[in-house]
Amino acid sequence: MDTLDLARWQFAITTVYHFFFVPVTISLVAITAGLQTAWYRTGKEKYLRLTKFYGKLFLINIAMGVVTGLVQEFQFGMNWSDYSRFVGDVFGAPLALEGLLAFFLESTFIGLWIFGWDRLPRLVHLGCIWMVVLGTQLSAYFILAANSWMQNPVGFRVNPERGRAELTDLWAVLTNKVVLVTFPHTIFAAFMVGGAFVAGVALWHLVRRPDTDRDVFRSALKIGASIVLVASAGVAISGDLQGKVMTEVQPMKMAAAEALYETEKPASFSAFTIGTLDGSKEIFSIKVPYLLSFLATGHFDGEVKGINSLQDAYEQLYGPGSYKPNIPLTYWTFRLMIGVGMASAAVALWLLWTTRRGRAPARWLVWLAAPLPLLPLAANTFGWIFTETGRQPWLVFGLLPTASGVSPGTTSGEVITSLVGFTALYGVLAVVETKLLLRTIRGGLAGTDAPPDEAPEQPDKPLSYAY
Amino acid sequence: MELTTVWFVAIATLWTGYFVLEGFDFGVGMLYRVLGRNEPERRAAISTIGPVWDGNEVWLIMAGAATFAAFPEWYATLFSGFYLPLFAILVGLILRGVALEYRGKRDEPVWRARMDAMIVTGSILPALLWGVAFGNIVRGVPLDASHEYVGGLGTLLNPFALLGGLTFVAVFVTHGAIFLALRTTGDLRVRANRLATRTGAVAAVLMIAFLAWAQALRGDTVSVVVTVAAVVAFAGGLVANLVRREGWAFVGTTLAIGLAVVSLFVALFPDVMPSTLDPGSTLTIVDAASSAYTLKVMTIITAIFMPLVLLYQGWTYWVFRKRVVVA
Repeated sequence: MDTLDLARWQFAITTVYHFFFVPVTISLVAITAGLQTAWYRTGKEKYLRLTKFYGKLFLINIAMGVVTGLVQEFQFGMNWSDYSRFVGDVFGAPLALEGLLAFFLESTFIGLWIFGWDRLPRLVHLGCIWMVVLGTQLSAYFILAANSWMQNPVGFRVNPERGRAELTDLWAVLTNKVVLVTFPHTIFAAFMVGGAFVAGVALWHLVRRPDTDRDVFRSALKIGASIVLVASAGVAISGDLQGKVMTEVQPMKMAAAEALYETEKPASFSAFTIGTLDGSKEIFSIKVPYLLSFLATGHFDGEVKGINSLQDAYEQLYGPGSYKPNIPLTYWTFRLMIGVGMASAAVALWLLWTTRRGRAPARWLVWLAAPLPLLPLAANTFGWIFTETGRQPWLVFGLLPTASGVSPGTTSGEVITSLVGFTALYGVLAVVETKLLLRTIRGGLAGTDAPPDEAPEQPDKPLSYAY
Repeated sequence: MELTTVWFVAIATLWTGYFVLEGFDFGVGMLYRVLGRNEPERRAAISTIGPVWDGNEVWLIMAGAATFAAFPEWYATLFSGFYLPLFAILVGLILRGVALEYRGKRDEPVWRARMDAMIVTGSILPALLWGVAFGNIVRGVPLDASHEYVGGLGTLLNPFALLGGLTFVAVFVTHGAIFLALRTTGDLRVRANRLATRTGAVAAVLMIAFLAWAQALRGDTVSVVVTVAAVVAFAGGLVANLVRREGWAFVGTTLAIGLAVVSLFVALFPDVMPSTLDPGSTLTIVDAASSAYTLKVMTIITAIFMPLVLLYQGWTYWVFRKRVVVA
């Protein structure tokens, strides 16, 4: 493997890993804020206990999100310096906005929320977690705007003298039609993970500790599963819109998602294929007539361009070379994204049905407690692998090939060092974090029932909720 | 003022803010294990930075992102050139961040000992390596005509830069000890106060040597004046600490770190990465800068939102202003 491959593997590993924590953070902080609001408004103790319990799990998770995010901020410069030189004028702006508008907000108010339970008036303390929610949403928006610019560059011109892209319209970058559909898709997908996490944890408690805090966890199960269902509808609708936008801006990605080699009108949706996916022969496949035309264009008889004709068109436009992404990878990650996402929604629906009107969940259902949140998390991962590898061979679509972005002066020894180092460190931390999460989940609601003091003490005690 | 100069000042301000703020929480991270003689004391010590360390670290992220947006060439050359030290800094910050959050989550001595090791390592290593990195930025590194770093790891580990690293560690230890003396009570406070005097003497010597050497390498009248002011502020802080005026002592070390970082940036201006190979290969603010439009919109947005950030970060310090007792 050369430096380019190593740098790509490193970016993939660190970014996929970082994104295990992102959807959980985005959704769990909002759910926790919702629970705390419910407690503030109703005064019911169960909401306070759930706030503290899921808040603790949220904090364990966000710690990992924050530290792995540090790597994200600097690795463009480390491994992708020529990319940074080419795009910094445009791409740097949303990143800087993310820091200025989102990261300061999140980090400051999370400190106030953790340590402010008995130091701040209740309404101010509640406001703090909502500020964290706002911070996570803004952060998601700006970083997705940056990514969407790589998918569909807008609001810029290429300065041939400096050999770089230059920003001409920040508003155009922030209202890129790709980010307008990617943001809701990502946020709904995050809520599928968070809702499933809340429901999965509650399910485990209801089955394994049926005599402890039954009513509280029943509420949590219903809240979590309902969130999954609503979010999955949002994911489907926004995903459909996103597919149409993507067909327009990156038809090759969507053709690759279907392994559609020849242009079809109307086109069928391939649900499943056994074969080589190299366009030569198909051993077995299940196809739904007209569906692909509808998904891609909104019309049942719309024309969908195939990989071969797009390859010809791109050669005319950009010169000789292959413009095909890794077809089996895009084909299968696209299917897995949709498949496992739908599976988790089905589980959530079943859980709501099977626990209706006070019914206790069957004991064997406990085996679904872990898969329930892991399925939508995997769907998030598949979705990102699909959209990022589906853009290849481009780093910035139509502008900068991936091979041109890598740091020219960085040695493969350096990249191997950081690749192995980060991977090993992330592996160890995954074990530490998972153990701590499971331990805290098993601990249940113990210690969450003390209502916070309103009166601050003089001077401060060491902080009880953390540290 | 030219917008390129405005953004040079902005980035200098962000690094200054980062080292002033994270400086004391690095210091506390290096010290709480030895200063706290038992678990309640250690918990109290670490609680002083609990609500604020994460917000302090955002100053670093902001410095990185602002450099990316305003000076892409600087961002690209610096972080690809200083690859391995930056990697080690990131590993240190990851270990520290996780351990700070996880330390109190399990009430077991073995768990805490592991987290303590991560916090101490993760506080010393980045402090040391940021000193090495800034020493090298000021000293200059081998850059070729396309501003690409052509040295190795050994190039970065020169005596001047290593002195910079030791200076950062010693100054942050002192800054952290004074912060602890300011924010705790009883024995812990007394011990922190005494330790600050002892480490302060060492830090003062290192600081004078490093800053004087930096000025000898590339200083002008203004940067020399700022350097002298930094040393005077540090001395003033140590005197205040000696007479147990901890608030003033903290003001002293805060000013000293701020002015010292400013003196390095003043000496650097208008270069951002001097080349030791050929003056023509030096990266300047003009070579590195983004387009006028990008700098303009970023200036407007920053002018609107940065005051807001300062306001709520300041409020956090106000909310957690009381001393932490050992309990």
